[in-house]
Amino acid sequence: MEPLAIIWFVAIALLWTGYLLLEGFDLGVGMHMIFSTRSERDRRVMLNTIGPVWDGNEVWLITAVAALFAAFSPWYAALLSALYVPLTLALLGLILRAVGIEYRGKVGTRVWATFWTYMIGLGSAAVAFFIGALLALTSIGLPIDGNGDRVGGPFAWLSWPALVGGLAVVGFALAHSATFLALKADGPVRRRASGFAVRWAPLCLLPLLVWIAMVQFEHGAGPAGWTVALLAVVSGGVGWAQARAGREGLAFTGYAGTGLFGLAAIFLAMFPVLLPSTIDSAFDITVQSAAHSTYTLGVLTVITVVALPVILCYQAWSYWVFRHRVTPGMIPEPHVILPAILRAEDAGRQV
Amino acid sequence: MDVVEIARWQFGITTVYHFLMVPLTIGLGAMVAVMHTAWVRSGQEKFLRMTKFWGKLYLINFILGVATGLVQEFQFGMAWSEYSRFVGDVFGAPLALEGLLAFFLESTFLGIWIFGWGRLRKGVHLAALWCAVIGSWVSAYFIIVANSWMQHPVGVELGEDGRPVMTDVWAVLTNNTALAAFTHAVFGALVVGGMFLLGIAWYHLWRRRHDGIDTVDERGHVIVGQAQDIPGRDRTDHGVWIWSLRFGAIVAMVGFLGTVVTGDIQGKLMYEQQPMKMAAAEAACHSGSSFSVLSLGNPGSTDCRDVTTLIEVPGVLGFLATGEWGVDMPGIRDLEPEYVDRYGETIPDDALYGDRAGAQIEYVPVMWVTYWGFRLMIGLGGIVAAAGAVALWLTRRGTVPGSRGLMRLALAGILAPFAANIAGWIFTEMGRQPFVVAPNPAVTGADSVYMYTQAAVSPGVTAGELLFSLISLGSVYGVLLVVEVYLLVRYTRGGVASAMPELIGQDDDDVDDPDGEHDDVLSFAY
Repeated sequence: MEPLAIIWFVAIALLWTGYLLLEGFDLGVGMHMIFSTRSERDRRVMLNTIGPVWDGNEVWLITAVAALFAAFSPWYAALLSALYVPLTLALLGLILRAVGIEYRGKVGTRVWATFWTYMIGLGSAAVAFFIGALLALTSIGLPIDGNGDRVGGPFAWLSWPALVGGLAVVGFALAHSATFLALKADGPVRRRASGFAVRWAPLCLLPLLVWIAMVQFEHGAGPAGWTVALLAVVSGGVGWAQARAGREGLAFTGYAGTGLFGLAAIFLAMFPVLLPSTIDSAFDITVQSAAHSTYTLGVLTVITVVALPVILCYQAWSYWVFRHRVTPGMIPEPHVILPAILRAEDAGRQV
Repeated sequence: MDVVEIARWQFGITTVYHFLMVPLTIGLGAMVAVMHTAWVRSGQEKFLRMTKFWGKLYLINFILGVATGLVQEFQFGMAWSEYSRFVGDVFGAPLALEGLLAFFLESTFLGIWIFGWGRLRKGVHLAALWCAVIGSWVSAYFIIVANSWMQHPVGVELGEDGRPVMTDVWAVLTNNTALAAFTHAVFGALVVGGMFLLGIAWYHLWRRRHDGIDTVDERGHVIVGQAQDIPGRDRTDHGVWIWSLRFGAIVAMVGFLGTVVTGDIQGKLMYEQQPMKMAAAEAACHSGSSFSVLSLGNPGSTDCRDVTTLIEVPGVLGFLATGEWGVDMPGIRDLEPEYVDRYGETIPDDALYGDRAGAQIEYVPVMWVTYWGFRLMIGLGGIVAAAGAVALWLTRRGTVPGSRGLMRLALAGILAPFAANIAGWIFTEMGRQPFVVAPNPAVTGADSVYMYTQAAVSPGVTAGELLFSLISLGSVYGVLLVVEVYLLVRYTRGGVASAMPELIGQDDDDVDDPDGEHDDVLSFAY
């Protein structure tokens, strides 16, 4: 097998893992904003913990999808066209969440803020669920024919693996972001998030473990896959113990480790299959059958090897710059906009 | 409607909509970076206010561009899977490079810039904005490299399975079509940004005169005043708007000159690479060299008998296409048989293409779209450049005329370069039809690499799915456009104080606090 093709399989696995770990807490914070508090100030504390970094984190998704296209276009084409409806919903979620984060504070009325809170929360949930479904389906299988096209209509993707994968990423995002909020926020948000990380996080991580196990059985994984899967469980257990002990940094690391080892176990088990066909294993899309030319993969490799360390450095720097906890006292008053007009009758009152 | 038609509308609408935000992001972003640089270098208050005010509008627009750009990344695979499989070896690379080299830079550093006020040293904070702006320019470059490869496929040879395989990435990255189109698009974006500044600054200067803050002496020179009771409407405020206006006017004019030069280069490449597009731009049925200023006829027709040219300028077309006056250009009637000879009459008879297999191929693009798209782009661009010159002349004494009509015209003028940009893209994309990857008959080497749009659509996707995304994305886009415009108008009406709560006295935080270690109120927060 072409070594560059294997490198690109690993690169794509890393991009998805980076996305899950970084956007995991962004998406989770979005969902927590709906149900963990009713206080406007607390919601703003939550939003500002991810404020400076969420947009950069989202690029991991864009790059992961672009890398599918650049290195294995048959994988990209089959997976995305088969999931037309769920991906449309994920895109709607991405759009509403992004716009919501930026626009939420732009008008200082209660109704406006509440509306965008729901858009951010529901959008985050939709993204987490459908991206999770996408990853689960590509690891477990879709009804695709010899050309890589979906057979069975718009809802042929709707299956148990899709549901488990969707819940896995939603659950992981909730657990991961609870430890993130406990680490990055202060005041009531920190207290409630710590409580969530102890009380509910184990339940939230359960679907992820089910998905990992499903992939191991599906692909008849060897000892390596099971070992990494075990590490995911252990890491989650350690995270839980640390959360109970109130050690926020270690709790965050532990839960993040569940995601990291979880995806590693999944990609390890599915290799070299990229997208199994549930119709006939002869139709499976594999690293061998889908990889692009050595030349193209070589070009991509050279540029990635140069660029990725730089990206990791400046993203790490951005986390360093904004390393301080967000406290309720840091949140400024809502923005009042007075029209800069003298003779208008409404001067002095908010428009 | 059949699947291909819905898929094309779906792609066209989402892409054109995305491109409403993109040129403003690219043009305005660079201008805000210049303002910020001017502030850091000179320390003048007016440049700080300019940075804050225009930066706020920039961000309101930026986010919608990001959100709608995400859709682009997915829809090649979702709706155009055959296309993705065909071009994957070459087309995916610029997209991946765009993510790695542009989007990470843009998004990470914009986050640092937005939240970095008061937390970073001034120079570092400024550098973050420049990184973000450079990121958006680099992103424009890579996406245009990808698009230009579809217009002019280079750097590939046909593989064993009939699909192009990349052999020369340097040729792809330095594709002459890409370089011309990238510079053209960037200049076009500067026109958008320039006119945006001009229109809004005009409104504020007019407002100041209308409110009696600024007055004009007998020689027409401005006497700058201030309104004590309104935050931000002091003497510095006048400097903000007059500088913004004149800066915008100059950028718009320079941008237009740039689009003329690069557009001319593009025209000559187009004549060489896609002669049918050039002929369709002219609705030129028969060979000739006259540039038609106005043609009438049945707009939807691709039949030459339905088009009558009313006004023509002899010789110009040949110059546009080749650089020599009076050279004859091949017309649609002459080109069509050549295309049929080379590329056949029907879609290949393959089960993959379903009902579309064996369908007749129409080589003439929809002429009224190409014809009017071409003219709208050039005409509106010219109007903007003229507006810039007029604005510079009228504001030479330090303020705008008191006319309400002129103020409204300046505000309405903001829309013109947007329309020109959109018209240009619609022309260049629709003019490529019936190909999604256009063959270049007159250019050696790449002629055998082409793909019909009809053959590019996802075989497994149903019309219902495409309609679902067309309707759901379309309606969300519609609502969000209203929201964006509402916010832009609201913050514009608020003036500088809308972007600087410290002017209202709401926020007493020291913005320039260099150490950033204090646990104090954030100078920017969501």
